[in-house]
Amino acid sequence: MKVDEFLYHEARLLDTGQLEAWLELFTEDATYWLPLERDQKDPLETSSIIHDDRTLLALRVKQARHPRAHARLPLARTVHQVGNVVVEEANDEVRVSSTLQVVEFRNEKQRLYGALVEHRLRLVNGSFKIAHKRVDLVNSEGELDGIAILF
Amino acid sequence: MAPHELERLATLVRTDRVHRSVYADPAIFDLEMERVFGRAWLVLGHESQVRAPGDYFTTRMGREPVIVIKKEDQTVGVLINRCAHRGSMVCAEGSGRLSTPGERFVCPYHGWSYDRAGILQAVPFASGYEKGKLPAGLKAVPRVKTYRGFIFASLSAQGEDLETFLGPARASFDDFVDRAPGGELEVAGGVFKHAYNGNWKLMLENHLDGAHPAWVHASSVAVARAAPEPGKPGEEHYYDIAVRQMRQNGAPDAVWEAIGMWTTPHGHGYMGDYHDDSRLVAGLGNPVFDEYRKRLIKHVGEKEADRILRVTLWNTIIYPNCSFMSQFRQLRIIHPIAVDRSVVYTYSFRMKDAPAQMFRDTVAFANVVNGTGSWVLTDDLEVYERLQRGLSSGEVDWVYIGRGHGLDVEEPNGVRRGATGTSEIFMRAQFAAWLRYLSQ
Repeated sequence: MKVDEFLYHEARLLDTGQLEAWLELFTEDATYWLPLERDQKDPLETSSIIHDDRTLLALRVKQARHPRAHARLPLARTVHQVGNVVVEEANDEVRVSSTLQVVEFRNEKQRLYGALVEHRLRLVNGSFKIAHKRVDLVNSEGELDGIAILF
Repeated sequence: MAPHELERLATLVRTDRVHRSVYADPAIFDLEMERVFGRAWLVLGHESQVRAPGDYFTTRMGREPVIVIKKEDQTVGVLINRCAHRGSMVCAEGSGRLSTPGERFVCPYHGWSYDRAGILQAVPFASGYEKGKLPAGLKAVPRVKTYRGFIFASLSAQGEDLETFLGPARASFDDFVDRAPGGELEVAGGVFKHAYNGNWKLMLENHLDGAHPAWVHASSVAVARAAPEPGKPGEEHYYDIAVRQMRQNGAPDAVWEAIGMWTTPHGHGYMGDYHDDSRLVAGLGNPVFDEYRKRLIKHVGEKEADRILRVTLWNTIIYPNCSFMSQFRQLRIIHPIAVDRSVVYTYSFRMKDAPAQMFRDTVAFANVVNGTGSWVLTDDLEVYERLQRGLSSGEVDWVYIGRGHGLDVEEPNGVRRGATGTSEIFMRAQFAAWLRYLSQ
């Protein structure tokens, strides 16, 4: 699978509510990061909208399925539109930059997000796995309603 | 206010119930902005945000845009961020520094400029104005004070002094500062700004409500319980702090009933802590906390250090605009935007002379509890929005706040304690203060 096809596949899993299959795209040592600040260097000394290791990401997916996950029941409907896919570096890992627009609908409220995205992909048994995903929302520093979707 | 208006307001607040319109009526919201946010002392921030003369940040006092600035004389000033000419905000929102005494806030519209004290310094086309008729400068907020490094201001020139306003709630700020070795705290680690379609009071009420976590946070408690076990000292994982905190929200009812809930005559309130996890509260036996305790002892001696560490507070509410966790170094300021819209700024604090890991724990804690994408916070926000929609219904009038009513315990200095930790005494205290502000 080519890099851009992989990103479209990932987006499709999120948009069709296949969160568990989406989680399986990540390596065991993966990190999933939505920084709070523009050009944020560090996830440990500065807060993040989300900063999950693989364990927390798995719990996050599990939580979304809990019968009393009030903010996620029902899950929002989304469209993840991936664009401008560029392979920046291809060594042991493939570093890919892309843009992302997400339309979210839930509770009679439609929201629009824009983000710059970086993936680090690793070939495992002939398929890509996500070793690191960073999503910089253009309004990460703004006043945001709660975020209960995945990017 | 006309007497009949006062009487009408008084009928909205009873000892064990309030009328839904206090959350949903835009006219009452306007009155609140004038009489509650326009009169009370409001928490604006911390002195570490304005260290040197000229340092400033913008914020809001109720709906007023303001600039908080360190003045030449090292005191903190608060200026209404509105040009004396045509009313534009002179300072873009954010933070920065007027790095020399000569540098000014320059209005983007016609170039009127103001110094660090807000004094009007220059006006283009000055000859066109009548001599002596120009305004003096930006309006200064009349009362500004600090308590142990925290910045407060009041839009009203008259009123009680800050110490009286805070009363026994000063102890929570003391706890916040005393825990820092050498008393040095600084705002660090970024600011979460989250918003919800609900009234501002809903957040202040929720933060002292020990009966809600088992229900609102049921999903995060459940998955945290099923999570891999946190590591022992030396074998810790990144996910430990998040898992530990979410598990603690599932404390048994008996723990919530026993933690203690206190209120003051000004509507402030504070609750005892429910954490018994030695990795979250500075107990003994964890290497990070052992090192921290050593540093605290170096500054204040062993006896005082142990006294400080034995204080176990969870949330404190400073009515009407602030909520903080002294022990976990998180502080939230609420900005009412409309009757059904609120914005909350969440700050983390670093203890400058504590082990570096403690601030990393603070950041991890902030992410999981207070973050915009947190599994904990997002469920709170969902419930605030459902409350607002329910309270906007005209079919049912009353909101019951009667848990523990009639059982409150009087303590010295005007403090009232709830009969149990889940008593709704905190709401009764907040509404008593609310009615007093509105009736003045």
